[in-house]
Amino acid sequence: MRRLNVLRALAVTAGIALAATGCGVTGSADAAKPSSNSSASGPLTGLRIMVPNTPGGGYDTTARTAAKVMGDTKTATNVEVFNLAGAGGTVGLARLVNEKGNKDLAMLMGLGVVGASYTNKSEAKLTGTTPLARLIQEPGAIMVGKDSPYKTIDDLVKAWKEDPSKIAVGGGSSPGGPDHLLPMQLAKAVGIDPKKVNFVSFDGGGDLLPAILGNKVGFAASGAGEYIAQIKSGEVRVLATSGESRLEGVDAPTLKESKIDLVFTNWRGIVAPPGVSDADRDRIVDTLTKMHGSEEWKAALKTRGWTDAFITGDEFKTFLTDQDKRVADVLKELGLA
Amino acid sequence: MDTFNLLLGGFATALTPMNLLFACLGVLLGTAVGVLPGIGPAMAVALLLPLTYNLEPTSALIMFAGIYYGGMYGGSTTSILLNTPGESSTVITAIEGHKMAKAGRAAQALATAAIGSFVAGTIGTALLAAFAPFVVKFAVSLGPSSYLAIMILGLLAVTAVLGASKLRGFASLGLGLAIGLIGMDPVSGQQRLTFGIPLLTDGLDIVVVAVAIFAVGEALWIAAHLRRNKMSTIPVGQPWMGKQDWKRSWKPWLRGTALGFPFGAMPAGGAEVPTFLSYSIEKKLTKHKEEFGHGAIEGVAGPEAANNASAAGTLTPLLALGLPTNATAAVMLAALVQFGIQPGPLLFQNEPVLVWGLIASLFIGNALLLLINLPMAPLWAKLLRIPRPYLYAGILFFATLGAYAVNMQSFDLIILLVLGALGFAMRRFGLPVLPLIIGLILGPRLEGQLRKALQLSAGDINGLWNEPVGVVVYALVALILAWPLLALAWRRFGPRKPLPAEAPAAAGTPEASEADRIAAGHS
Repeated sequence: MRRLNVLRALAVTAGIALAATGCGVTGSADAAKPSSNSSASGPLTGLRIMVPNTPGGGYDTTARTAAKVMGDTKTATNVEVFNLAGAGGTVGLARLVNEKGNKDLAMLMGLGVVGASYTNKSEAKLTGTTPLARLIQEPGAIMVGKDSPYKTIDDLVKAWKEDPSKIAVGGGSSPGGPDHLLPMQLAKAVGIDPKKVNFVSFDGGGDLLPAILGNKVGFAASGAGEYIAQIKSGEVRVLATSGESRLEGVDAPTLKESKIDLVFTNWRGIVAPPGVSDADRDRIVDTLTKMHGSEEWKAALKTRGWTDAFITGDEFKTFLTDQDKRVADVLKELGLA
Repeated sequence: MDTFNLLLGGFATALTPMNLLFACLGVLLGTAVGVLPGIGPAMAVALLLPLTYNLEPTSALIMFAGIYYGGMYGGSTTSILLNTPGESSTVITAIEGHKMAKAGRAAQALATAAIGSFVAGTIGTALLAAFAPFVVKFAVSLGPSSYLAIMILGLLAVTAVLGASKLRGFASLGLGLAIGLIGMDPVSGQQRLTFGIPLLTDGLDIVVVAVAIFAVGEALWIAAHLRRNKMSTIPVGQPWMGKQDWKRSWKPWLRGTALGFPFGAMPAGGAEVPTFLSYSIEKKLTKHKEEFGHGAIEGVAGPEAANNASAAGTLTPLLALGLPTNATAAVMLAALVQFGIQPGPLLFQNEPVLVWGLIASLFIGNALLLLINLPMAPLWAKLLRIPRPYLYAGILFFATLGAYAVNMQSFDLIILLVLGALGFAMRRFGLPVLPLIIGLILGPRLEGQLRKALQLSAGDINGLWNEPVGVVVYALVALILAWPLLALAWRRFGPRKPLPAEAPAAAGTPEASEADRIAAGHS
């Protein structure tokens, strides 16, 4: 009798464990099967989107939202999202580049992966992939706490130029990430040697926010999205944003308006492995274009606070090459690439 | 009394059959992911997130909170039974908990962990409900220099686990610190000890290292001695906590709670440091010093309460400020955004139904967890009746699964085996394993806070003690360090009275017992 109890307990736990891992790791079992989408008609099926980051992060949310919209609008069926985290995305990038010609694989990525491919001295580079589409972007923001002595971007730049080492610059990413690249490019644009910038790396927005609120950093450079609540309540002051145009809902000039020649956006897009045929590439691009046109995607952009930045094909390719070069230049100057 | 009424309203929300069901589902799932090393609550919530698009936000969050609390509970089970910590915050539980299990007191260890978690979770949630805005204001005011001081205090806890030979203890600590160095330097972006392997850039996952050193090392050690020793099963004693167990547990529960909650609320506090502190405090205060290292119930009760109280603490800045202080909280924040709810300072005013429903469901989830886990304790304990070869084969299986599940990288399995061999070698040469784990957890944080503090003050050394909290903690550290000398002086020059001056000398017991156990050959 006793034995039976133990067995039952074991069976129950094993069941729970399997359920947990089952729904957790593989998503839907069907999606993992390689599928034939050689027939050009009907919706795309069996696409696997790799997220080179941990579940719950920005890339992950973007990929899962896109996959869901594709499924809901029936532009594609059985889209599976999986995570392959490591080394700021370069582990995933290396895998993608190795899967030459695989038409069922794509990777969600962004500016952070470009930087990481240099700081981590990865052999795989984004220029070696097949660009599909850029999906969204977010301008950076130069932020200070409400008690900060800097009221305008000019105040800040003046003080910063006087002694760059005295002003600690906080960012929510490690060296090579977007929050690191923004202040470095800003320094360059206003004539400060990027090497003299005192950049303090914080572990994401949750770590950086208290430092802004408590005036522990001179200023912070990061996407405004994570701090919207604090910006609206006036606890965080935005001195400038780094996009082409002003950010909706944020009362701050762009850097360009403030006579600083810099446009910097953090973006996310999708790339495919190298060696994918033009026909296969166009098929995925078509699907993404259809997804982008749907009401569901527009609604998702709105709830997430993402800015649409959809470009595809060659236009995205040119953009990617340009970004790659810009990042490489900055990081080389800093001795990081 | 306004808070009280809001909380009652919250219970009305949380007690609807549907929400109750989601709370149940959450705690069950949470317990399962907690039991499995490698799959943590953060990953579980992130992966479930897309499935909850069509749910009521309140229901989804209630489920997520259940997963979070459940994960904190579940992690202790494998620590105690199999010496395989499921989460980094239950590493400490394994020391005394597994010893208790080996002595046939697994059920008591599991019970004190479950009840302690319940007590801590409930008190923590009550503190969250009552003082959220106040606590958060304080917690957010802390900067790197305060954290540095707190981490140094945490490092003092290592002295409690150094073992009989200080040299071996420090050697182990040094190993841990060295392993902690692996990865990208957070300040300059340079690679350290990565040998050109990109998979090492992020450093080694604490869970993988802990599982390798504890579980794989232990399994190898047992296997190496199987021929010399009779194969015997571990005794399973009486199923429930006795009167003495209760008497020895309740104070550690409360002290653990008092330690854990503030650490959870601090943006860089974490759940591990309070468990270290709780363990060393219990060791100092206990009346059963001789039992520490052989399975002292206080050493399970305190740290388990601490890690659950920290879970409640973590939700405080999340709800009051929209500030996530760990991975699970960050994913829950993403969930809020997904439902179009703007987390932030105004959440309590704008979404009272959601917030108070969530808080009420935490109370309910805690009670559910106790109901599920307490009757399970004797059942779990019977697992140990499995003959050793099979039991350790099972442990190896779960250790491998867990290590793989962290990142889905086969590379982690190599790490697991290499460090497992290290764990075996450490047992062979009598090195205590705990200083290694503590060094690994605290080393990178100490370094990070130290460098951050110095960077923020532009290299001015005064930046290390420019916050009152930091200064107070340093004073505490100095006092603890000077205490043995003071006590000695008092004994020699003061009035003749017996004083507990032996405290530091007794600090070596836990691993001494490790050596004893090895000598005794696991009879």
